[in-house]
Amino acid sequence: MEVAQLLLGGIASGCIYGLIALGFVLIYKATESVNFAQGDMMMLGAFITLQLVNTDYWGLPFWLAIPLAIAIMAAIGYALEALIIRKLFGQPQFAVVILTIAIGFVLRFIAGFIWGHEPQSLETPFIGVNLRFSGLVIGMDEVFVIGVTLLLTLLLYLFFAKTKLGMAMQAASQNQLAAYYMGVPVKRINGLVWAIAGGTATVAGVMFAARGAIDPSMGLLGIKAFAAAVIGGFGSLPGALLGGLIIGIIEPFAARYGAPGYSQIAPYALMLLVLIVRPNGIFSQVQSKKV
Amino acid sequence: MADKSPVLETRNLEAFYGAVMALRGVSIEVPEGKIVTILGANGAGKTTLLKTISGVLDPEKGQILLNGEEIQGMEPDAIVRRGIAQVPEGREVFPFLNVEENLRMGAYTRSDNEVESDLEMVYSYFPMLKERINQVAGFLSGGQQQMLAIGRGLMARPKILLLDEPSLGLSPLLVQEIFTIIKRLNTEQGVTMMLVEQNANVALKAAHYGYVMEIGRIVMAGECNVLLASEDIQEFYLGVRGESQRAQKRWKRKKTWR
Ligand SMILES: Nc1ncnc2c1ncn2[C@@H]1O[C@H](COP(=O)(O)OP(=O)(O)OP(=O)(O)O)[C@@H](O)[C@H]1O
Ligand SMILES: [Mg+2]
Repeated sequence: MEVAQLLLGGIASGCIYGLIALGFVLIYKATESVNFAQGDMMMLGAFITLQLVNTDYWGLPFWLAIPLAIAIMAAIGYALEALIIRKLFGQPQFAVVILTIAIGFVLRFIAGFIWGHEPQSLETPFIGVNLRFSGLVIGMDEVFVIGVTLLLTLLLYLFFAKTKLGMAMQAASQNQLAAYYMGVPVKRINGLVWAIAGGTATVAGVMFAARGAIDPSMGLLGIKAFAAAVIGGFGSLPGALLGGLIIGIIEPFAARYGAPGYSQIAPYALMLLVLIVRPNGIFSQVQSKKV
Repeated sequence: MADKSPVLETRNLEAFYGAVMALRGVSIEVPEGKIVTILGANGAGKTTLLKTISGVLDPEKGQILLNGEEIQGMEPDAIVRRGIAQVPEGREVFPFLNVEENLRMGAYTRSDNEVESDLEMVYSYFPMLKERINQVAGFLSGGQQQMLAIGRGLMARPKILLLDEPSLGLSPLLVQEIFTIIKRLNTEQGVTMMLVEQNANVALKAAHYGYVMEIGRIVMAGECNVLLASEDIQEFYLGVRGESQRAQKRWKRKKTWR
């Protein structure tokens, strides 16, 4: 029973890592550079939701606030790409990476300035609501996190596989030059990818906030999600989610059965192991990009 | 050369890669319903010319006219919308999309309801693609990928189709097959084409009119049958040696155009 309990908690945190990792991979696939502000975008999404929902602030209904927050963060993601990242078009990749690190700092600073550095809790409809099944305690927050992740995964799958825009995003990530020749507005598509990354980051942020307090430095969690993305192969969306789940599940078990401190190291140790044994990730596609 | 105004025309086009001048004043015309070929050795600037026409590269000077309207400097997607599709050098298929998805990407800019019938049209010219509708493009052979790339270009239903070395890396037999289809597409579907090739023999037989390009310039132009008979072409592109050994011959001496 204890194992089941640990597993459940692990899956729930894994969903959060997985969604942030998804953002990393989305942007990497589209632009071939890593957005190190992904974790901070999650943080900002969480705080925007807090601003909308909490009674100390605007007190909007929870289920109205979430889509609103997603929309706001999507717009912020699009704007970041269009106004800042796009200006570096044609520059070396590391310039973009450094820029995203800087954006992360700025977002953290802005959040600290607006909402302060004290941890705050998001008022969700399911604080302290639990379901019990013969000894197994399932928190409503866990149900929420897992359910929303499943739903979002399904939506993203349908979007990428079934819509013209989603197909164009896939195409642009597989062969940018050819996408230009097909008449795909590649730059605008990259902006939309950042918008999606902003939206998924918000969902991850709300999930995180549903399970604990948030503060402006919570975005550092992004590093763990980065490890998840590496484990998943950094080129595959399902891989990112699974990588997140693996890390999420390993952590509580390492904490429970390992020596103190193990749980903090475990994700990165696993990442190193994967990099050594299977450099393209556990779920790497058989073929490398751009044949 | 044409009685009607050309579909595509470039006037004194100049383009650079950094400080390197890759196009040094290129003027060509492609009349409606014709195949015009651009011949030239490696590094002559053929691909650069096509990239500039497609808007992937901006020209420094000169004009590109599509049906008389200037289009130079426009975004690539705007140019596709106006009716110029390209089958790029080296196929450039979308490796993880399947055959049908690749073809549908070709129709990305279209919103009419004839996409389905055009898909059938492409399959009728390339039955091999129909057999592999669900196969991922990255696992097709080079020749199959070339057919896919041509089919994808057709799906845009362009006013002019730019083809960059469709014979690249294909067996002589497959080259014949693909050029037969290119010719059929031109006569049966009326597709206007600009065909860049190094394989002068096969290109001059398929096309109506030809230009020869060398280091960023057009050095020769003419009807294809005239070019085929020309000694220069025979010597430098068809590998036929003339009786008089002209070892140091340069195109410059023989600039027969204009
Ligand atoms: N991206 C680039 N950056 C710098 N120089 C380039 C670039 N692409 C091409 N060039 C140069 O421009 C010139 C023309 O190249 P281009 O690719 O247009 O030749 P091409 O006629 O298509 O040759 P090929 O038959 O080998 O495809 C060459 O000298 C080439 O080295
Ligand atoms: Mg070329």
